[in-house]
Amino acid sequence: MAKRFINLNVNGKDVEVGIDDRESLLDTLRNHLNLTSVKKGCEVGECGACSVLIDGRCVDTCIYLTVWAQGKKIITVEGLKDEKTDGLTDIQKEFIKQAAVQCGFCTPGFILKAVEIVGENKPYTRDEIKKLIAGNLCRCTGYMNIVTAIEHAIYNNLKQKGIKYEIANNKSSFNEDEKILDEKLEKVLSNY
Amino acid sequence: MENKYVGKSELRVDAYGKVTGIAKYTADLAPKDCYIAKVLHSTIANGEVVKVDIEEAKKVKGVIKIFTCFDVPDIEFPVAGHPYSLDPSHRDIADRKLLNKRIRFYGDDVAAVVAEDEVAAAKALRKIKVEYKEYPVFTTAREGLSKDATPLHPNLFKDNVIAHIDFKTSPDFDYVKAKEEAIKQYGKENLIELEKNVKTPLISHSHLELPVSYAYVDVNGKITVVASTQIPHIVRRCVAHALGVPMGKVRIIKPYIGGGFGNKQDVLYEPLNAWLTTKVNGHPVLLEISREETIVGTRTRHRMDGDIKAVCTKDGKLLFRKLTNYVANGGYASHGNSITAKCAGIFKNLYKNPLGCSSEAYTVYTNSPVSGAMRAYGVPQAVSFAETLVDDLCHLGGFDPYKFRMDNIVEEGFSDGAVKFYTYGLKKAMEIGKNHIKWDEKRDKYKNQDGRYRNGVGMCAFMYQTAVYPISLETAGVRMIMNQDGSIQMQLGATEIGQGADTVFSQIAAETTGISLDKIYIISTQDTDVTPYDSGAYGSRQSYVTGNAVYHCGLLLKETILKYAVHMKPEYKLEDLDVSDNFVVLKKNGDKILSMSEVATTAIYEKDGVNQQIRAELTTETKTNTFASGCCFVDLTVDVELGKIKINDIINVHDSGTILNPSLAIAQVHGGMSMSLGYGLSEEMLVDKKTGKVLNDNWLDYKIPTAMDSPDFNVEFVVMKDPTGGYGNKALGEPPAVPPAVAVRNAILQATGCMLNDFPLTSQKLVEKFKEQGLIK
Repeated sequence: MAKRFINLNVNGKDVEVGIDDRESLLDTLRNHLNLTSVKKGCEVGECGACSVLIDGRCVDTCIYLTVWAQGKKIITVEGLKDEKTDGLTDIQKEFIKQAAVQCGFCTPGFILKAVEIVGENKPYTRDEIKKLIAGNLCRCTGYMNIVTAIEHAIYNNLKQKGIKYEIANNKSSFNEDEKILDEKLEKVLSNY
Repeated sequence: MENKYVGKSELRVDAYGKVTGIAKYTADLAPKDCYIAKVLHSTIANGEVVKVDIEEAKKVKGVIKIFTCFDVPDIEFPVAGHPYSLDPSHRDIADRKLLNKRIRFYGDDVAAVVAEDEVAAAKALRKIKVEYKEYPVFTTAREGLSKDATPLHPNLFKDNVIAHIDFKTSPDFDYVKAKEEAIKQYGKENLIELEKNVKTPLISHSHLELPVSYAYVDVNGKITVVASTQIPHIVRRCVAHALGVPMGKVRIIKPYIGGGFGNKQDVLYEPLNAWLTTKVNGHPVLLEISREETIVGTRTRHRMDGDIKAVCTKDGKLLFRKLTNYVANGGYASHGNSITAKCAGIFKNLYKNPLGCSSEAYTVYTNSPVSGAMRAYGVPQAVSFAETLVDDLCHLGGFDPYKFRMDNIVEEGFSDGAVKFYTYGLKKAMEIGKNHIKWDEKRDKYKNQDGRYRNGVGMCAFMYQTAVYPISLETAGVRMIMNQDGSIQMQLGATEIGQGADTVFSQIAAETTGISLDKIYIISTQDTDVTPYDSGAYGSRQSYVTGNAVYHCGLLLKETILKYAVHMKPEYKLEDLDVSDNFVVLKKNGDKILSMSEVATTAIYEKDGVNQQIRAELTTETKTNTFASGCCFVDLTVDVELGKIKINDIINVHDSGTILNPSLAIAQVHGGMSMSLGYGLSEEMLVDKKTGKVLNDNWLDYKIPTAMDSPDFNVEFVVMKDPTGGYGNKALGEPPAVPPAVAVRNAILQATGCMLNDFPLTSQKLVEKFKEQGLIK
């Protein structure tokens, strides 16, 4: 089948890729652009491991044809960075601090889903967060620390914006002091 | 002295890599020029391949080669993730070939296509025509035992029985005799007897990463397979066996893996892929199966079907029990009887059996998906038998299930002859769980309810071996090597599979060597050409067995450092020195003598010196095994009209010795609890009885818990330093997945008075039962 060229903005960079019309965005991102954080888990939109942000919305790329993405802005975790520090975003930091990462295969998808959720600037409850992330599957964590990480990221974001937000679990599931966690994180980050 | 790292909630050493996408998994690393391999699966469950026509398929543009079950080496090989045994009678069953003419389950591997790209491979698969000769299908263990069932492996077994075991408290235990004895001692009118049957579901591990490998022949002629596996060294042995080549000719590399849960404690498609590359001149071949193929054709948790009977006294003394367990193993043996045996052992051992116990089981070949290892290896099934039995007896006799367990459950100091409770926290764990859930108050409050919504509290207890000694060898190899700046690389054969092994090993290394955690670089990738031998991630063994090896290797490295320091500073004696925070220090006052980088740099570059890069390497063998234990308590509400369960509160309490990293341990418990709730409430592979076909081979129809199905989990530990563990730790990886399902079931019993015995307890099954029992119309 003939190839066609398509223009995308991926992680802030304009790219032109030659693709097959039948190709999923998952395959394009992984195979042509080497963005391997976009994971293949089921190929039918059940697990969310292949989630990326397309114009700010979190989408399963395994069931999204690349041709539909013409002219759109795509973000993967490779393209996430804190605007001020150029380092990890607050969401990524919370995933590390709250022990929300285990095997890590679902992690990029959850983080991008969290970017969408946090970006809505709404004071979501834990139950609402659970509903919002129900399209992403994780088999390691039982979701609890993922929900806590997102809750904390919402809290940090709303605090900055002066919006009041009552957090149900203001502690980590393992009751560690926030300050100690921050110190440990700083140590980890200094390695990179 | 207080530990600096061990026992602290250190952050994962791989978390940064995993939140940024730097961490690479097998498929991420595959070369761009890989050929793509796909496997053709049988569309019958029992029979033989008569003919495979590949003529049309060969014509598809982009096809490189097609291989059928008539082309593969005539070698049957084992796939179980067990270390090799020098005793031939203890080896795993070698019962499959790379591709199989004799079809034993729906989805068996018949042919493989190697093509230039995925589209060509998929197209070619559809054009292969297979002619079968079919035999009648049997999908359950009981059917497999019938004389009419065709033996699936007649060259190995005359019938379909892989093993028949009977673990008894004493060789002469007999249920009928025990009953006569009970009547004599207590009088017939003072006894309660219960007979029941419990069925457990066929479960898919549902790790997020698909089983995947890419294989190539390297410059030195080695057949190299990069694979998503928990057990690289075992994969190497099985690949060599399957291809009929010496072990040194095979190299396995394991990058980060996206979960395994026991499925990848089996050798899956690595041997086939290794063979395929040899048939295409060593060109790299990528073999990544789909989710549907993963659910149907890799491994599963065993379906068990247990007849149970027991007698207790009317004042709540459990006297004797018998389990007869029919275990469907699927078309191939995989781990075979080992899982059944572990189930049988735990059923027998969990309670005192004053008048004895028999735990009998048949592990049977069936025309259904192959069962193998899955997190907690037969023990979720063991408690599905033992712990539903206890609550049913309590229900009949009017006993409090907590008190009944306190009186009858396995006691401190118990040993089964090989494995022992060196520390025992089971009763303490039950006490903590009881207090958390407000057991007494709620058991009383939830009595005699009616109406649509009914509450219940329930519990389940368990015990669990740590590692596999003395059934299998338990060794672990570790290597530490120091850089000029005083940091070290640490390399192990043990594998990180998401559980946090790399982090915990780094903590142990830092604690033991005196080198700070940020200067320990653990090499996460295993490569059988360079990594020391370790059997891999399974059996909740690594922090116990490998942790111990890291501890000893750390001590050896420290000794080497200090010896060199004395060589540099002869005015000090070895026994006066220690390593602390990257310095050689004086033990008595902590004065710094030399920095680690001074020692390391001098050791490497000193002319006419000892000229040794500072390093340590060793293998340790663990020859102890200690029981871990614990329990789950749950408070829930049943909507009897819709058959829906809402969990209001749930806690797991674990007796796992000292906790090496509380944050990771708790996270591990969450995941196990979630997995058990899936087993209890929603997960079940449905196998069509006529065709043997799996009816729900995808995640829309096979229901693992989503975030919405998952309550917040409470976790507590009974911390006791076990004398046998490196830092006093016992099993924790698998145990969390054991008790929640049964605690939920027992809470439903309290809420509704219904004894549910067919896991998972889906809404449909609940409604059927509630109708039958007259709770709803």
